[in-house]
Amino acid sequence: MKEMNREEDIFEKMKESLLKGDKDEAIRLAKLSLDIGINPLDSIDHGLTPGIQQVGKLWEEGEYFLPQLVIAAECMKAALKVLEPALSEKGEKRQEIGRVVIGTAEGDIHDIGKTLVATMLSANGFEIIDMGADVPIIQMVNRAIEEKADLICISALLTTTMLGQKRLIELLQEKGIRQKFKVMVGGAPVSLQWAKDIQADSYGENVIEAVSEAKRLVGA
Amino acid sequence: MNAPLRPKLKVLSNELIDKIIGEAVELLETTGVMIEGKKILEFLQELGVRTDPSRGRAYIERETVHKCLKSAPSTIKLYDREGALTATLEGDNVYFNPGSAALYILDHPSREMRKPVTADLVRLTRLTNSLKHINLQSTALISTDIPQAMSDWYRLYIGFLYCSKPMVTGIFAEESLPLMKDMLVMLRGDETRLAEKPLAIFDACPSPPLKWSALTCQSVIECARWGIPSEIISMPMAGATSPVTLAAALVQHTAENLSGVVISQLVKPGAPVIYGGSPSVLDMRKGTTPMGAIETMLLNCAYCQIGKRLGLPVHAYMGLSDAKILDSQAGLEGGMSVLLAALAGVNVVSGPGMLEFESCQSLEKLVIDDEICGMAYRLLEGVSQRDEPLATELLKDVKPDTNFLSSPHTLRWFREELYFPSIIERRTHGEWLKQGSKSLADKAAEKVEELLQKEVSPPLASDLQKGLRELALSESRTHGLDKLPLSE
Ligand code: B12
Repeated sequence: MKEMNREEDIFEKMKESLLKGDKDEAIRLAKLSLDIGINPLDSIDHGLTPGIQQVGKLWEEGEYFLPQLVIAAECMKAALKVLEPALSEKGEKRQEIGRVVIGTAEGDIHDIGKTLVATMLSANGFEIIDMGADVPIIQMVNRAIEEKADLICISALLTTTMLGQKRLIELLQEKGIRQKFKVMVGGAPVSLQWAKDIQADSYGENVIEAVSEAKRLVGA
Repeated sequence: MNAPLRPKLKVLSNELIDKIIGEAVELLETTGVMIEGKKILEFLQELGVRTDPSRGRAYIERETVHKCLKSAPSTIKLYDREGALTATLEGDNVYFNPGSAALYILDHPSREMRKPVTADLVRLTRLTNSLKHINLQSTALISTDIPQAMSDWYRLYIGFLYCSKPMVTGIFAEESLPLMKDMLVMLRGDETRLAEKPLAIFDACPSPPLKWSALTCQSVIECARWGIPSEIISMPMAGATSPVTLAAALVQHTAENLSGVVISQLVKPGAPVIYGGSPSVLDMRKGTTPMGAIETMLLNCAYCQIGKRLGLPVHAYMGLSDAKILDSQAGLEGGMSVLLAALAGVNVVSGPGMLEFESCQSLEKLVIDDEICGMAYRLLEGVSQRDEPLATELLKDVKPDTNFLSSPHTLRWFREELYFPSIIERRTHGEWLKQGSKSLADKAAEKVEELLQKEVSPPLASDLQKGLRELALSESRTHGLDKLPLSE
């Protein structure tokens, strides 16, 4: 009974560390949880995940601001880094809802929107491989194959680099692996119509839509 | 007689300006700027800049900055297509042009934002040609009915076919630059004349924080060589690509601009360069870049004050709104921003017509903004002393039934004293009702059509028109297009 309280106490504090954006505290609690023998999966499922979801909800409600959201995601990442070695030792894996390779199209250095989308997807339980900006299409495809990704997300902010999104899909078709991945596109000049035209699987106008669409695509 | 006072806005103390400049200069020396592309870095090294190729950085010494500030001209003159002087960028002179490179156009009848085609660009260009207070044109819309790889020069081409005002433009692809220069040279006659009478300004955006992409750096270098004015569009986004505190964002903005000035001056001392930008704050709720935010406007006024203290012509993205339709927000943000730009003495103001974070153009908003610009110009004229004494003579014989409507003095001065708007609502309520109870947006739409009915004057000389069309057509063939849109 006492143990139980202790665990719950720690989960509660983990949540709080995310809500406060206190990275040192998040790391300390992750270490402490291992020290006292809490199953890392439980810490993730009952502490970190509800914490980041709460932050996301508060942001959508306009209560929280972007820096709080982004810092909470960083706290979560830092805590996971502490927990993950223990997880793999146990031969267990964090239940992730999908693996995502994300990047901005070749020739395009706009990366703020892409990074926000990556952060929010990660906060929502996706495993993110962020390739940064100005990424050659071929590299993105190769990485997606290597990482056995479920979803490829490609951002473009220029009318010229939007074509990279089209080429990515063509390349997947040429390689005969189009069905292996879902492709989601986004960025200021991108529209639902464009996504349809190039046969992308989905489009997200903003972070919120990006998350809900990503979840839909992986059936989560 | 007392000269009128030109109303002016200052938002920084000289002490703070000097502190900002001091930190920026120091940063350039110690942290330097990142330069993409080995070739450019080597080139800068040849020009005497200390570089560290392994870190892709150039370090600019204090003395170099000072030397370059001395050689950079404090006045830049712009001439129209026919060679007439249109704008003298110096002091507190203010010139407006539509904000550039919009991805969308607001379709008035449907109230929908849609992708523009050549016909839209032509309409916008012709409208710009006819608006009195929009002194310069810009490559304002992205046409989607042509291959995107030819979009840069195509916008310039359409611009000069339909409008004679000097141009604010820029490139998205390095290949575009030589061809765009060729077009400008064709219009002016030869390279020397183009350098003597600048026809277009090229925008170049550093990549915040403290970085130059190969594309934009190359643009500054080539323009300096040819004597084409460069406009440094440094755009820290406070809280995202720069520190969130406005003063710190200004330090970054200053450092980025100074590095641009240095690059241009090292290539060619005396090359025309404009101290500009498009900073914004990041909306911390929605993750967007509001150009109508009051802090965005404050940043603009502040850096223009810094640019002026450095003795350079200044530019800002002002007059924009983030509204999605022509509602009160569109009017209030546009109005506030144009007025602040005028008061701050911004030499080149890019933005009228724009909505939705620099990504949408509206012909109707452009017409409304033209009206606002007219009001701003009137404000800048201030209060003049027309008579000596001011009023004693006029008032000494007043009786209970005196009115000034019939006074010769009124007839003499009313045109100079008053600004006459064209679509701002000033009729009586009954008259407004009788004439259809139209909103300002609807009246603007009618005005757009009315102005577009009129012939473009003067049309581009026929030999130049022919030459320009041939150049465009032969180039578009290399993009697999045998016929340009709207050509018979
Ligand atoms: C900031 C900015 C820059 C910065 C970028 C800094 C950085 N590190 O990212 C700098 C200064 C470097 C820059 C440079 C240039 N820029 Co710029 N830039 C912008 C600006 C003002 C805001 C973009 C932004 O960050 N928005 C905030 C973020 C959060 O929003 P977002 O990116 O749209 O992302 C959201 C959604 O789109 C969506 N999303 C985004 N990606 C994805 C991906 C997926 C899969 C999904 C589902 C969703 C999604 O979710 C995000 C969050 O809600 C836009 C104007 C605009 N309205 O977009 C111009 C704009 C995109 N730029 C433009 C131009 C022209 C340029 C330059 C070519 C200018 C030049 N000549 O130097 C260079 C290009 C450099 C290059 N090779 O890429 C034009 C594009 C016009 C066109 N026809 O393509 C624009 C539209 C401005 C304009 N009207 O002129 N720019």
